[in-house]
Amino acid sequence: MKRIYMDHSGTTPIDPRVLEAMMPFLTEKFANPSSIYTEGREVRASLDQARVQVAKALNADAGEITFTSGGTESDNLGIKGIALGRKEKGGHIITTTIEHHAVTHTVDYLGENGFDISFLPVNKYGQVELETLENEIRDDTFLLSLVYGNNEIGTIQDMRDIVKLAHKHDVLVHTDAVQAVAKIPIDVKDLGVDLLSLSGHKIYGPKGIGALYARKGLRLAAVQHGGGHEKNLRSGTENVAGVIGLGKAMEIGEIGLTTEIPRVKAMRDRLVKCILSELEDSYLNGHPEKRLPHNAHFRFSYIEGEALLLNLDMMGIVASTGSACSSKSLKASHVLLAIGLTPEQAHGSLRLTLGKGNTDEEIDTVLEAVPKVVKKLRAMSPLGHGGGK
Amino acid sequence: MYSEKVMDHFMNPRNVGEMKDADGVGEVGNPTCGDLMKIYIKVENGIITNVMFQTFGCGAAIATSSMITELAKGKTIDEALKLTRDDVAEELDGLPPIKMHCSNLSADALRAAIEDYRKKNPGK
Repeated sequence: MKRIYMDHSGTTPIDPRVLEAMMPFLTEKFANPSSIYTEGREVRASLDQARVQVAKALNADAGEITFTSGGTESDNLGIKGIALGRKEKGGHIITTTIEHHAVTHTVDYLGENGFDISFLPVNKYGQVELETLENEIRDDTFLLSLVYGNNEIGTIQDMRDIVKLAHKHDVLVHTDAVQAVAKIPIDVKDLGVDLLSLSGHKIYGPKGIGALYARKGLRLAAVQHGGGHEKNLRSGTENVAGVIGLGKAMEIGEIGLTTEIPRVKAMRDRLVKCILSELEDSYLNGHPEKRLPHNAHFRFSYIEGEALLLNLDMMGIVASTGSACSSKSLKASHVLLAIGLTPEQAHGSLRLTLGKGNTDEEIDTVLEAVPKVVKKLRAMSPLGHGGGK
Repeated sequence: MYSEKVMDHFMNPRNVGEMKDADGVGEVGNPTCGDLMKIYIKVENGIITNVMFQTFGCGAAIATSSMITELAKGKTIDEALKLTRDDVAEELDGLPPIKMHCSNLSADALRAAIEDYRKKNPGK
């Protein structure tokens, strides 16, 4: 049975073109880019070229890109780098209740170390409202960190307006764009964001590589110290093959915005429409329009997500859930609770994130399988009923 | 993470459904925690002749419910009362440690069903 992979927000396979670009740097072109002999200089040149590729896809300058080990490190470097790079001690940081743990736990750490942290609530779609933000900004607020496209429910923030408001109050804006890059067009100059995190393995690049965009002129402290790589911001011999792969993945991703993404979005739209009309007491979490084009996040009453996910797994369909029962902590997803769902409602969630490899035939299969499984579980549930319309 | 036996009972649960003429019904858990189990029993001459279940919950919750129905069927009430959470887990070739407490409620639900039966039939 061919497996149907619909967890592209979890991770993606490496694009063959990306792998091809990387291969020489895993084999013959192994020199350390810091070495001054010919082989080293050649690798350095390729590394610089990849930096240009990443910058170009974001409309940034190459000097504004720092390579990291991934989204988590980029979030750490962006947030801690700004907080610890300030002349003043302490101060106020604003973030939201729907961030990835890479942001939440980073600001928690700063909160334990002399900074004040506020978590902004979001509306039922998972969006930050401008009025809520403005009320939270204080004289000593220096940073707002806000996820651009949410990894669970897919909601996209009105980033341009948010940045404008933050800048009016001299507050810098960091955004975790790990899920948004190569899904929606991103122009850092147009958005106005000061810092932006991205990751390789969410965009058909390799794992273990990411980047932080930091606008020219910002003062950042290093989080990892050592030999002074990446302009002293991130020491450690460069993950050369990873960097080359990320550059290629960004280049392919940008082209895909006009070729691949419309196809993915059409499949996603059909999936959502058919599931919601086929099953009663089913809902779409997140914003109906302002959402990542590959994300479908459902909620089904009377059933639990882990059971749903495992049934789909047995039918060859790979999905994800925000149910507490599938998490190590046994707590429901903080994002689902933040948009106002009760723990009971959060249990019945299902995330399907589509990608390049998916086909219309696969959507047909999923459209048959999901209602079947939901009805099977509802028939077992003391809360529910048959469930069909 | 789950044993083959858990997956079998989860994918092909035994004795699912509501028993309209049950002699005893037991319900444990709550939907907020993600697990709610209902066990129905039919009792004749002190022997549990039929057991059915309805469960809202994860794979482990469904598998343990299915397993208790098999374990309890044919047993006397006194024998059935001796069934523990550990017995259920053992019969399923083990459960992930994290699921031992939250989802392994079926022995409790069976006990609640027997108590309900005894309340309705004093002296039995």
